[in-house]
Amino acid sequence: MSAVIDHHHADHAHGPAKGLMRWVLTTNHKDIGSMYLWFSFAMFLLGGSMAMVIRAELFQPGLQLVQPEFFNQMTTTHGLIMVFGAVMPAFVGLANWMIPLMIGAPDMALPRMNNFSFWLLPAAFGLLLSTLFMEGGGPNFGWTFYAPLSTTYAPPSVTFFIFAIHLAGISSIMGAINIIATVLNLRAPGMTLMKMPLFVWTWLITAFLLIAVMPVLAGAVTMMLMDIHFGTSFFNAAGGGDPVMFQHIFWFFGHPEVYIMILPAFGAVSMIIPAFSRKPLFGYTSMVYATGAIAFLSFAVWAHHMFTVGIPLTGELFFMYATMLIAVPTGVKVFNWVSTMFRGSLTFEAPMLFSVAFVILFTIGGFSGLMLAMAPADFQYHDTYFVVAHFHYVLVPGAIFGIFASAYYWLPKWTGFMYDEVLAKTHFWMSFVGMNLAFFPMHFVGLAGMPRRIPDYNMMFANFNMVSSVGAFMFGATQLLFLYIVIKCIRGGPKAAANPWEGAEGLEWTVPSPAPYHTFTTPPEVK
Amino acid sequence: MLRYASAWLGGLSLLAVSSSASADWEVNMTKGVTDVSHSVFNLHMTIFWICVAIGVIVFGIMFWSMFMHRKSRGAVPATFHENLTVEILWTVIPLLILVGIAIPATKTLIDIYDTEDPDIDIMVTGYQWRWQYNYVGEDVSFFSHMTTSRDAINNVADKGENYLLEVDEPVVIPVGKKVRFLVTSADVIHSWWVPSLAVKRDAIPGFINESWTRVEEPGIYRGQCTELCGRDHAFMPIVVDARSQEDYDTWLAEKKEFAAREAELTEKEWTLEELMERGERVYSSTCASCHQPTGQGIPGAFPSLVGTDMVMNDLTGHIDIVVNGSPGTAMAAFGAQLSEVDLAAVITYERNAWGNDTGDLVTPLDILELEEDQ
Amino acid sequence: MSEGISTKRLVSRLALLVVGMFGFGFLLVPIYDVMCDAFGINGKTRGTAYEAGAEVIDESRSIRVQFVSTNAEGMTWSFGPSASQLVMHPGETREMIFTAHNPTDKPMVAQAIPSVSPSKAAAYFHKTECFCFTQQVLQPGERVEMPVRFIVDAALPGEVQRLTLSYTLFDVTERMAASLDLASMQPHN
Repeated sequence: MSAVIDHHHADHAHGPAKGLMRWVLTTNHKDIGSMYLWFSFAMFLLGGSMAMVIRAELFQPGLQLVQPEFFNQMTTTHGLIMVFGAVMPAFVGLANWMIPLMIGAPDMALPRMNNFSFWLLPAAFGLLLSTLFMEGGGPNFGWTFYAPLSTTYAPPSVTFFIFAIHLAGISSIMGAINIIATVLNLRAPGMTLMKMPLFVWTWLITAFLLIAVMPVLAGAVTMMLMDIHFGTSFFNAAGGGDPVMFQHIFWFFGHPEVYIMILPAFGAVSMIIPAFSRKPLFGYTSMVYATGAIAFLSFAVWAHHMFTVGIPLTGELFFMYATMLIAVPTGVKVFNWVSTMFRGSLTFEAPMLFSVAFVILFTIGGFSGLMLAMAPADFQYHDTYFVVAHFHYVLVPGAIFGIFASAYYWLPKWTGFMYDEVLAKTHFWMSFVGMNLAFFPMHFVGLAGMPRRIPDYNMMFANFNMVSSVGAFMFGATQLLFLYIVIKCIRGGPKAAANPWEGAEGLEWTVPSPAPYHTFTTPPEVK
Repeated sequence: MLRYASAWLGGLSLLAVSSSASADWEVNMTKGVTDVSHSVFNLHMTIFWICVAIGVIVFGIMFWSMFMHRKSRGAVPATFHENLTVEILWTVIPLLILVGIAIPATKTLIDIYDTEDPDIDIMVTGYQWRWQYNYVGEDVSFFSHMTTSRDAINNVADKGENYLLEVDEPVVIPVGKKVRFLVTSADVIHSWWVPSLAVKRDAIPGFINESWTRVEEPGIYRGQCTELCGRDHAFMPIVVDARSQEDYDTWLAEKKEFAAREAELTEKEWTLEELMERGERVYSSTCASCHQPTGQGIPGAFPSLVGTDMVMNDLTGHIDIVVNGSPGTAMAAFGAQLSEVDLAAVITYERNAWGNDTGDLVTPLDILELEEDQ
Repeated sequence: MSEGISTKRLVSRLALLVVGMFGFGFLLVPIYDVMCDAFGINGKTRGTAYEAGAEVIDESRSIRVQFVSTNAEGMTWSFGPSASQLVMHPGETREMIFTAHNPTDKPMVAQAIPSVSPSKAAAYFHKTECFCFTQQVLQPGERVEMPVRFIVDAALPGEVQRLTLSYTLFDVTERMAASLDLASMQPHN
């Protein structure tokens, strides 16, 4: 009898609405998660196209395609879009989809706010992109927007840029509050904190980082706004301010921000590697503590981005030592992943391929990060292509590969179909080769002396730049294959079982594939 | 698999090319020419090899697992998932390694910060988009502009070996002497970097930063601005010319003499008569062969200067054509050939001789300011 | 559902944290100033006159003080010290004259920003009088001599034998135009 009533209930009050308004008004975590993921992928392609413009211009010495002014707009918007439009929303999308499923919650804790925080994003990025068509062009001062280039010397569109950052920031903050509330208050009975899947753990910590630092970024851009329009002098030496203070405030946000972009990937990979190793994650507890330690240390290392601005020696030493310390918890994580694989029973489906590449290539990015932490050596590395190589190694095979691994891992749950494994492996190998071809030579040109953010360079850097560009084109084109794979998987394919992966564990695999529109309306019992 | 193999073959052939033309395939940091740059290089290589060693061990174990513990080889998963001993070990050992590299890093850093007791102080000021060098206490100060032509950048003209890394006036320093750089900026943040010296300092508007170097070998060392500073960020190179003490002294003496003479001439309050007199001399030696002593020019070949619109009305255009020349014609850019005084004098002369009588007086300072604007 | 506080209270606490961190962003401004004073970041010196007490003059050592000047972009005045350096004992009060000349045909307002290098010496460099404490207004063609009177603290670390005082002169005419009526400004006589 009760089953009949439940069925009745589901049909009339809980199905998705029809038509466009379903997406505009939805408060369903799965719908919102999907929208976040699609939005971030669109931004990834857009930011990627900008990268293609950059790499095409850098294909050869001399100016061929674009003028320096436009080149600077491309580097700036590429960075902003990838950071705030592609990577962060992708992780929020994954969190929306997976966290309720992982902790046995029926939805996010604040579903209406969830809808609002998503719909702020198109507004934010619409505003940001519109600046490219304004008089004087879009933001051209680098994604780090150092004053006074971004204040006194900025194009008039900078005001729109500031509001775009505000909107994106509000969206992230609301997303973070929602995730914290969901994780802390909606866990199924028996799902203690130390039983939570690592993706949930890393996201919980990430959400606290977001709440701590996004308001600081908002403060920084507000000060810029006041300097530009209201005659204050926060960053203007002429009025008693200090442009270096901008860098301190920015990087107080900026360094935790880089962990915001990698910690959720750590979490996802920590679930995928055990699944395809058919062996429990090695050192769950130490993983949680290491994540916490990384997050904590991230507040005490910001000035390592500023070793050349003339920080006093004591400050320089403090930030150098603190930065080196981060290598310890990060190392613990890498060792744990390797130990998880050790003596497992490994298979290499697409999620595992991306995860293994993640571990290797992220570690390489970590190595160059350790090198950059050495303040004296940083005097040679700083603001060269070595830095560009470093952060692309932690962001592309780090964050982006983490997102791809997650997407392939959970696509069967989202769509109810298996993706095309051959195409997915092709996607992986093309991405892997393209990405390494694009970013590895950047270490070389950087060490040889090529500064970053330049549209033209001496011939001694020409060969490796050409290799980089070829790799970048390859990597870029390959992502269209990913789009095809996802669409193909949505439209059909082999039926996916509730748990399509032999070694996968967790509550999300206890619900059918595709996951019904409403799940865990009755909380599951976790033992 | 075939695709994979061909990609790596492609990579290998690239490597083969690399060994044949090593200069264009530079993969490492320069050792540089100072003690500091040597210690930075050694530090860099030390950390690099430590990273390689850790990488070999970690990736070695990983690849071992990937090949030996595959399900397709019938691997049965173990069930272990924690081990306090190894967890402590791989926390403590990296910590010890870090302490090991922190020691030389700290030493080098302290050395970099020791700017005391310099032999020479040079103030370096960044502008959008050029550098100014001011030898403190020596009354020598000049701008250093990139000399690479727009045509080379736009792929119309050939690119020389020092494409984008060449300037009109390098900063000259003596070898074996401690040179302190005071770095600041007049507009946005720039960064003064010369890799061979391992000196990189941000130029902050309103504030000064300092760094130092002691170059051991004479030579030309090139660098670039390394902080995004707007449109022509890529086009404000740095060239350091390290010379023997005698050559440096000679250079400095010439610079000072020149600067003193120039200052005298440009600061002086010129009268129309003085400028006319000087201008006539400059005109007859420099301009008269084409424009003729009468100013009438040669019809069809060299334009007249008498009563023309430019001479009578367009002062800026007049200065511009004399200083920068007229591309594609015989009119050369005299800005590089004549001093500010001579330029001012000859322009004043042209505007007032032969019945032009505009009464315009162009001072050397006007020329100087125009040149600085460009 | 798990134990703990209600979602509503949790969210309001988190919102409070957000507001708090936004405020903290602004709080970083005074914190930074304190750090600047403590560590001499950017060689900043105090913006107000130093009250000289009974200064001990340390005749056992001499300090070389250098003077440099920079015109910020758009500043057309000629501006500079009357001498490039002087040698003094710590504790002594000395003076340096800077001259400024407005060659334009408009009244202009300037602000000089001091910076001392090495930065660790900044805290020991005391200005008892400085033209940088106030803005300077110069009428067209006006030339002024502006003194800076200073003491180098006898407690200056021993390894510092030379310090550099830099002034960057900014044109703040436009910034001040809103609050000042330039036409009514009188040349100071």
